[in-house]
Amino acid sequence: MAIALRTLDDGAWISVNDSREVGVSDIWALPTREFCSCETPHVLLEAYSAVHVSDHRVLADAVGMCIECGTRDSIDSLPVGRIVDGEFKPYEPAGVQSTIPDAVDGAARSSFEPVE
Amino acid sequence: MPTDVEEWKDEVYGTDIRDHIERFAEDGWESIPEDERDAWFERFKWYGLYHQRAGQESYFMMRIGPPSGVLEPGQFRRIVEIADEYARGPVANPEFGNGWLDVTTRQAVQLHWIRIEDVPDIFDELEDAGLSTVQACGDSWRNIVGCPVAGKDKHEHVDANELAYELHDTFKQNEAHSNLPRKWKVSVTGCDEGCGQGDINDLAFEPAEKEMDGETVTGYNVRVGGGLARNEPRFAKNIDVFATPEQAVEVAGGLSKLFRDHGDRDNRYNARIKFLVDEWGPEKVRETLQDEYIDFELETAGEDLRHSYSYNAGDADGKHDHVGVHEQVDGNNYIGLNVLVGRLGIDDAYEIADAAEEHASGEVRLTQRQNIILTDVPDGEVDALLDNEVFDEYSPDPHPFRRGSIACTGTEFCSLSIVETKNRQVRFSRWLVENVDLPAGVEDFHIHLSGCTASCAQPQIADVSLRGMKTRKDGEPVEALDIGLGGGLGENPRFASWVADRVPADEVPGAIENLLENFADRRTDGESFREFVADRDDEELADLVEPEETSYEDPYMHNTKQTWYPYAEDDGLDEGPAPARADGTPIPSDD
Ligand code: HEM
Ligand code: SF4
Ligand SMILES: [Zn+2]
Repeated sequence: MAIALRTLDDGAWISVNDSREVGVSDIWALPTREFCSCETPHVLLEAYSAVHVSDHRVLADAVGMCIECGTRDSIDSLPVGRIVDGEFKPYEPAGVQSTIPDAVDGAARSSFEPVE
Repeated sequence: MPTDVEEWKDEVYGTDIRDHIERFAEDGWESIPEDERDAWFERFKWYGLYHQRAGQESYFMMRIGPPSGVLEPGQFRRIVEIADEYARGPVANPEFGNGWLDVTTRQAVQLHWIRIEDVPDIFDELEDAGLSTVQACGDSWRNIVGCPVAGKDKHEHVDANELAYELHDTFKQNEAHSNLPRKWKVSVTGCDEGCGQGDINDLAFEPAEKEMDGETVTGYNVRVGGGLARNEPRFAKNIDVFATPEQAVEVAGGLSKLFRDHGDRDNRYNARIKFLVDEWGPEKVRETLQDEYIDFELETAGEDLRHSYSYNAGDADGKHDHVGVHEQVDGNNYIGLNVLVGRLGIDDAYEIADAAEEHASGEVRLTQRQNIILTDVPDGEVDALLDNEVFDEYSPDPHPFRRGSIACTGTEFCSLSIVETKNRQVRFSRWLVENVDLPAGVEDFHIHLSGCTASCAQPQIADVSLRGMKTRKDGEPVEALDIGLGGGLGENPRFASWVADRVPADEVPGAIENLLENFADRRTDGESFREFVADRDDEELADLVEPEETSYEDPYMHNTKQTWYPYAEDDGLDEGPAPARADGTPIPSDD
C-alpha cells in the first residue's frame, strides 16, 4: 500500500496518510549522534523540513536545539516511527534513537520498537 | 520538484475552493475524504480557515482581515455576534472564559473553535456586513496593514487608506495574484509616525515626496523583503522606487507578479520574497520590476519621513502607539483602548460596540499592537463614553506593563507552538504591575511573547522579546523562554539581541524585575531602554538579566502541547472531544 508522507504547516508536523502523526516541540533523545558535545543530546524539535521512508522506517529531517547546551542544528534522517502492515507506529521521543539507518543491524533495530 | 502544496494549489485554489467548502459543510466534517484532508486544509487557508492543532481535529481558526484594520460602523458588532454564536469551545479558558475574539498583530480578528458545518452561514453573515475571510491565510495577498487612524490623524502626510483599499479591491480574488509561492504581506503607511510597520512586511509603501517636473508630488517610497519568521528576520530593503498614489497599484502588482514568477516554489522554507531579495539584492529587484513588469519609467526614491517616525521607535518620549484620547483632524477624537494580548471577551465586546454606537460613529479600528480604537468621538461625548465600566479593563490609560504586552496564539491552538502564551502573558503582566516599578520617566515598555520562531507576536521588535523554548529544571523538561533585548522600529529599526537562552518560564518575571532594577541603577539621565541596550554588548546585557524565582506562579510549566487543551481538567491528548460533529458530540474513532 502506498504511504502518503509529507511535512505540513511550515514543518509543524509530519503527516502520514493525511493524519497528523508527529508534531514539533517534543524533546528527542539522540544518544548516538554527534549533535553537540552533550553525552545524550536532548533536542527540542522546532520544525521538520522533509520526511522519507526507508526500509519501513519513517525518517525525518528536522531543525532542533539541544536544551542543555543550546546547540541549534539540522538533523538528518531521525527515525520518528515505522510502518507496520501499512500503519504508522510512532517512536517515543524520549526513547533511544539512532539516526544512521545504514548502521542499524538486527540487534540495534530492536531498540526501535514503538513504545505504545 | 514542486511540493505537494504546489500540486494541490494547481488542482484547486482561489475562489474555486468556496464550492467545496459549501459541499463539506452541507455533508459534515466526516465527508472530507480522509486521504484528502491535508490538501483541503491547505486550501481552506485561502478562505481564512486554519485547522487547529492536533487534539482539536474538526475545529478551525477563522481569520477576518479588514484592510488597515478598519471596521466600519456595524462591522465590529457583526463579528461579535458571530463569535457569540459560533466561536465557543468545549471548555472555558481560565483567564478569558468561553467566548472571545482575538485582535491580531496584522489588524485582523481571529475566532476559534469554528466548525466547518457553520462556515457557509458565517460567510453569509460576514458578507452581509461587507466583511470577508478571503486570503486571510494561505499563499497570497494577506490582510493589508497600515496606519489604523488613516484619514483621521493629524500626522497624516498622504491618505494611506485610499491606497490600502485600492490594493485590497484589486488584489483580493484576483486570479493572476491568487496563487503566490508563499504569503505576501503588504503595508501602507501614510503618516510621519511610521505606524504601518512597513519594515517587517514583504512589501511596504512609505510616505515620501518627490520633485517631478518642477512640482513636489506626495506619494510613496517602496521597500521589499521584510519579515520576522524562522530565525531569519529581515527589514524590508529600499529598492529605490518612488510611486505616486496613481502608480502605486501598478508597482504593487508588478512586484506581486515578480514574486509569483521568481519566488522559490520548490522549497517553502526559501519561498518568502525576503530570500529572493537576499539572493538578488535590491538593485536586481528594481531592474527586473522595470524590465519585465512595469510599462512606464519608474521614478527613483523620493525624500522619506523616516527621521520623524516615533511608533515603537524606542525614544524616551514620543507617540509609540494609539492608546489614549487623541484629537482627529475634523475636531472629533479617537480613543485607543488597550486590549491585553488582543483578546476581547464577548460580553465586553458587546458593551464596547454599544458605547461606540451611542457616543460615536460606531467605527472600530484594529491596531498592530493588538488593540482597538474607537473613532469619531465628539469632545462632549468622550467622558460619557469612558464612564462605562468596561473601559476599566480596556483602558485608554493602561499601566505600561499592560499596554506593552503582546502575545501570539501559542499552544492553545497553534501547531508550531512550543509554549503556552496568552494566559502566561496575562499572568506576567499582572505580577509585574503588582511587583515592579518602572524607572522614572519610562512610560512605554514593550514585552512581546511568541510561542515559537515564527514570531507572530513580533518579539524581535520589542524592548523585551520572549520566545518559546524548553529547558530542564530540577531534572524535568519545562517550558522556557529565550529573552532578547532592545528591538524596535523607527528611523533605524533594530532587532532584539537574544542575550539569555532557555530561561524557565517561572523565572522570567524575576528576570524582568532584575533587569529593570539594573537598568534604573545604571542608566544615564533620561536614557531610554533601547538606547541603554544599544550601548552595551550582549555579554554585559546577559549579566543584567538574572533570572530568578519569585512569588510569581506559572501553572503551565508542563508540556502544554501534549494536551488536547492546556486548561482542561482532563487534558490528555486523547481525552478531548475532538473530532466532533457540528453539535459538539465526539466522533468515535474506528480503530
Ligand atoms: C505553519 C504554521 C504557522 C506559521 C509558520 C505562522 C507564521 C506566522 C508569521 C511568520 C506571522 C507574522 C510574522 C511576520 O512575518 O511579520 C504570523 C502571524 C500570525 N499568526 Fe501565524 N503562523 C502559523 C500558524 C498560526 C496559527 C495556527 C495561528 C493561530 C491558530 C497563528 C496565529 C497568528 C497570528 C495571530 C498572527 C498575527 C496576525 C496576522 O497575521 O493576521 N499562526 N504567523
Ligand atoms: S509565533 Fe509560533 S506559536 Fe505563536 S502563533 Fe505563531 S506559529 Fe504559533
Ligand atoms: Zn547539547
